[in-house]
Amino acid sequence: MEKRVQEIVLRDSATPAIPNLEMGGNVLLTRLDEIVNWARRNSIFPLTFGLACCAIEMMSTAAARFDIARFGMEVFRASPRQADLMIVAGRVSKKMAPVLRQIYDQMPSPKWVVSMGACASCGGIFNNYAIVQGVDQIVPVDVYVPGCPPSPDALIYALIKLQQKIRTQRLGMLLELPTRPSPAIEQGDKTPALESHASG
Amino acid sequence: MNILRDVLKPIGKGLRITLRHFLEPKDTVFYPEERKEQFPRTRWRHVLLRYENGLERCIGCSLCAGACPVRCIYVEAAENTDTERYSPGERYAKRYEINLLRCIYCGYCQDACPTGAIVLREDYELADYTRDAFIATKEMLLEPLPVRDEVAEVAR
Ligand code: SF4
Ligand code: SF4
Ligand code: SF4
Repeated sequence: MEKRVQEIVLRDSATPAIPNLEMGGNVLLTRLDEIVNWARRNSIFPLTFGLACCAIEMMSTAAARFDIARFGMEVFRASPRQADLMIVAGRVSKKMAPVLRQIYDQMPSPKWVVSMGACASCGGIFNNYAIVQGVDQIVPVDVYVPGCPPSPDALIYALIKLQQKIRTQRLGMLLELPTRPSPAIEQGDKTPALESHASG
Repeated sequence: MNILRDVLKPIGKGLRITLRHFLEPKDTVFYPEERKEQFPRTRWRHVLLRYENGLERCIGCSLCAGACPVRCIYVEAAENTDTERYSPGERYAKRYEINLLRCIYCGYCQDACPTGAIVLREDYELADYTRDAFIATKEMLLEPLPVRDEVAEVAR
């Protein structure tokens, strides 16, 4: 189990950096990118993944007052096979971590992860043996939302940031997962990649 | 069975409620364009305050760091000298860092601070792409220096 998680961290923790669109790009794919990204970012189906109190705010984000239907995101899917976005809302216990990773693996690509709240992002108040100190140890996170819980507008702000990120992603980049080795390994540091995330 | 009384009338009754709610004023906050009203005691991103004369209120006492339930504040104090004076007291915070990601915005630091230096304001748009981006240093937290009256007049 530990080895597997570590491999995943090595392969995934480097979320693609946001390339500068104005710096040019592939001539053939640029226009196509724009159309595909326009479609992708305006029809994100989130996965119902409420784990704790943050989920209450996620629900109210989907309700009438804040209404993420305005961004085409109101269809919360119960099945990972139909979802594009995993909003990890709440604390992830060590027992939940393999489940979370499996559900992430079941989602079809392209997929994004928003880590909502202090607990999901870095452990929050639960700096103890039972809670994963940051969900980015198991899945690559695209946007972090601080707060306990983040208010619905803060979550919508994060989703708009995610839309901006999708806007700058390229078709090719999602197919080639980056294989940048973790800096800790490069420097010959013996601490496993998992530990280096745990603090902070 | 009476079709009119048992079927159409209840349906009409239900649809009337739907229609009434449809015509009511809407509650939706169109967030990026308009913001919902924030309550006066909303607690979001921290600000380190200054006195009117520009000196920092923070005296580097670390009481906020002690009160913080998640230990996300780091304070490193240094002595004020007569040539380099940052705060009216003996010491000032040389380094003052808050991990905004781990912070739970409880406001305990605000309650603990003896000089009222750290306050939580209503800036909630904090989401970002990397975890490193959430370490707020003293420079990011301090409110800008007040502009002196005569300077402000020249600028005007
Ligand atoms: S960040 Fe706060 S509201 Fe969200 S799951 Fe953790 S304790 Fe609950
Ligand atoms: S608001 Fe609470 S959690 Fe955040 S820095 Fe202050 S005391 Fe710590
Ligand atoms: S912010 Fe207040 S409590 Fe914290 S170190 Fe400065 S003076 Fe002390």
